[in-house]
Amino acid sequence: MSQLVFDPSKVMDFDYTRRTEYLEGLEAIQAAHKVLKEITYTPSLPDKGYTNRTLYVNVGSLEVKEKPVTQQMKDVFIGGRGFGLFHLWNAVKPTTRWNDPENEIIISPGPVAGMTQYAGTGKSLVVSLSPQTDIPIDSNVGGFYGPLLKFSGFDALELQGKSDKDIILFIDGVKGIIRIEEAPTDPVDSHVLAEVLTHMYAENEKDLPNISVVSTGAAAEHSLIGMLNFSFYDRRRKCVRFKQAGRGGIGTVFRDKRIRALVVRGPKVAGDLNHPADPETIAKTGIKYHKEIRENDGSQCMMRRNGTAHIVEIMDAYDLLPVHNFQYGSHPDVHKIDSSYWQQRCTQHTVDGCWYGCSMACAKGADGLVLKTGPYKGDMVTVDGPEYENAAGLGSNCGVFDPDYLLELNFYCDTYGICTITYGTLTAFVMECYQRGILNKSRTGGLEMTWGNAEADLEMMHQMARGEGFGKIAGLGVKKMKEHFIKNGWGDPQLINDIGMENKGLEYSQYMSKESLAQQGGYALTNKGPQHDEAWLIFMDMVNKQLPTFEDKAEALYYFPLFRTWFGLNGFCKLPWNDVVPANNSEQPEAHKVPEHVQNYVDLFSATTGIKISKEDLIVQSAKVYNFQRVFNIRMGKGLRLHDAAPYRSLGPVTKEEYESRAERYDQQIITEMGLDPAGKSTEEKMALHREWRTGRFSQLMDSVYTRRGWTLDGVPTLARLKELGLDAFPEVVEVVKQHL
Amino acid sequence: MKQLVIDSQKCDAGRNCNHECELECAIKVFKVDDPAQAALQIKAYEDGGGKAVLCDQCGDCVVVCPTEALKRNKLGVVMIDKQLCVGCYMCIGFCEKEAFMRNPDWIVPHKCTSCGICVKVCPHGALSIVDVPEPAVRII
Repeated sequence: MSQLVFDPSKVMDFDYTRRTEYLEGLEAIQAAHKVLKEITYTPSLPDKGYTNRTLYVNVGSLEVKEKPVTQQMKDVFIGGRGFGLFHLWNAVKPTTRWNDPENEIIISPGPVAGMTQYAGTGKSLVVSLSPQTDIPIDSNVGGFYGPLLKFSGFDALELQGKSDKDIILFIDGVKGIIRIEEAPTDPVDSHVLAEVLTHMYAENEKDLPNISVVSTGAAAEHSLIGMLNFSFYDRRRKCVRFKQAGRGGIGTVFRDKRIRALVVRGPKVAGDLNHPADPETIAKTGIKYHKEIRENDGSQCMMRRNGTAHIVEIMDAYDLLPVHNFQYGSHPDVHKIDSSYWQQRCTQHTVDGCWYGCSMACAKGADGLVLKTGPYKGDMVTVDGPEYENAAGLGSNCGVFDPDYLLELNFYCDTYGICTITYGTLTAFVMECYQRGILNKSRTGGLEMTWGNAEADLEMMHQMARGEGFGKIAGLGVKKMKEHFIKNGWGDPQLINDIGMENKGLEYSQYMSKESLAQQGGYALTNKGPQHDEAWLIFMDMVNKQLPTFEDKAEALYYFPLFRTWFGLNGFCKLPWNDVVPANNSEQPEAHKVPEHVQNYVDLFSATTGIKISKEDLIVQSAKVYNFQRVFNIRMGKGLRLHDAAPYRSLGPVTKEEYESRAERYDQQIITEMGLDPAGKSTEEKMALHREWRTGRFSQLMDSVYTRRGWTLDGVPTLARLKELGLDAFPEVVEVVKQHL
Repeated sequence: MKQLVIDSQKCDAGRNCNHECELECAIKVFKVDDPAQAALQIKAYEDGGGKAVLCDQCGDCVVVCPTEALKRNKLGVVMIDKQLCVGCYMCIGFCEKEAFMRNPDWIVPHKCTSCGICVKVCPHGALSIVDVPEPAVRII
């Protein structure tokens, strides 16, 4: 595979300021708003990264109050995801489910968030009890809401209760106003709603970048897979764009609470609003990193040109790109949706960071798309990305290789408020069920869910948004669809369970893990379900060959989930850590950890908070929250070994055609890995040998990883481990664990 | 566009020069008595020659600035709007000539605006302001 060279002359010529506008009804929408509650408060800026207070809002009772951030919260939970989990633990009972009023949505940016000098420092972490998994979900999202919330005076926002009418929570961090408004006639879908609200709450045109809106869309109301769009105003495009808190259905919780939107109006951003302890170190570290991007991105990743979609062809070349519901790892039509195409299709003449100072700038946008279907048919829109996950999930995994349809699927997922990763995986499952006769046209209500049928795919999504037909069933997610199909007797239960790519109720993200034991664990041995936020090891394992031994893999499944958890405690993005690396990185010891960048993070945390830490301290900080979250899962009825089980499709070949498509590889493994002779054996016999070997080594991996993490073989953190981490200071945590030892 | 240029044959940086250009820039433009904060930096070599770190107004920084704080004025010179700057320093990191400067005491970075104050004080006549065509905008 040759290195892609950027050719500016090939970039498609779209006027990136042109698109359909939705501001016509703004005044009438605003006139219909009714103030339900308004309070004043004193805005404040952070001191060394913390404002030292959080905001609690009950959308049912309209109670609004400030809470102090205690030293214990900072010491144990740091911020971001840690603060979210802490608040959620205190808010819910073991019996609480996602749609109970006491469930919360917590948004917290973390102490480093809002820094403008380093790439990837504007993240918000969103935590709630998931409608898909019934355990805490956390999602790491860009856009401006988190940093502007903090610069308005709050380290976190807790939303509890359920409203009986659609409401908007407005925080004015300049004037010191918190207002809950009834919003009876506001638009439903994000691309319209956020545009209207951004212009409604901005005082003038210059104020537009100081507004950020959190919203979702129509499909979040009728499915369990709703996500949240966090907006940021794109000055050059002159439009409102989004990043998504996608996984686990937080958008569904949002609408269940009847929240239409959260709007923050923050102060004008400057480079020192965090009031860090050591701004000079931050400046030097940031400039060093910007230079690294300038010098290395073009030859390493081209994130600035292609975004994360730069790996589509790499995954295809290594047989790791999910095709047809993770059956295969490559496809001859992938060139139609690989980065050479997106590089031409995405606008290149602009700046694409989702927070200030992101020199990696992967938040690409495809402008000038005219929609072919749905309620916005004929409108011209700007589409986020597509990111790798969308190209793979909505594209190759469903056999959709038409880029315009792929963009339209991406657009509607975003504006309808559903997770592209989840939608891609559940649609791939539906299509495979259709292929195998588990579903048919009468069971789908007329939808021909054949591979690559983008029109049927889009219609299923429109149904989901309308709360109708088979789309409504699909919106329950893979786990509940499996149960539904099995209950109806539509197919072999084992086959349905084998090919349904979910664990703990959450759909897999878009990597083929069959040949990467490390990634199998990276998906299944996670706190919140199979995603690549915790342990994206497939590149290390399969492409860079940095985890050759079983012990290396188990160690990686100890270290990386902890290391990567830390980003979410502080408001960092993970991509700048290892997508572009120093030119001499491969010569460094433990190159796969990118040691120079680890030191950058240690320095940035210390320089912001004034608390000097080492790279070892960083891991301890994460381990406290990670183990707390594991215990939280156990408290909610999951979090044990049986809940970490993986669907067989993620471990090995389920079907005969899958085996025979890679027969040479699988036959060879029978010789080298099992010490047997495949000659004379039927495919079924060889598949049985593989299943035994593959499930056996996965079980062995579980033992090793649990032991390394300081957990029992049932996956429960030991009392010794809790004590070591200081979590024994929380009697409730100890009590949960004791019941399982 | 107006561009500050140096004739390295005339520059006497490594011999008897007192770096008047830097000092004048620092004092007159930035109101600090420290030549290290000037918008041009003359590096002296042992052989007596000099090399200047100068902004050639190429405009790469305009392209990468996330807030449109950097724009060309009517003379083609890249100017910074302090009200819009968020201190991200991408302009510094992406400047191939390393001509975008930063004073540790200020959050907003600074650069040469081809004002010509340095030209007037160079005892060797090595600096001048020239008028050259604006380069095409690059995708960076």
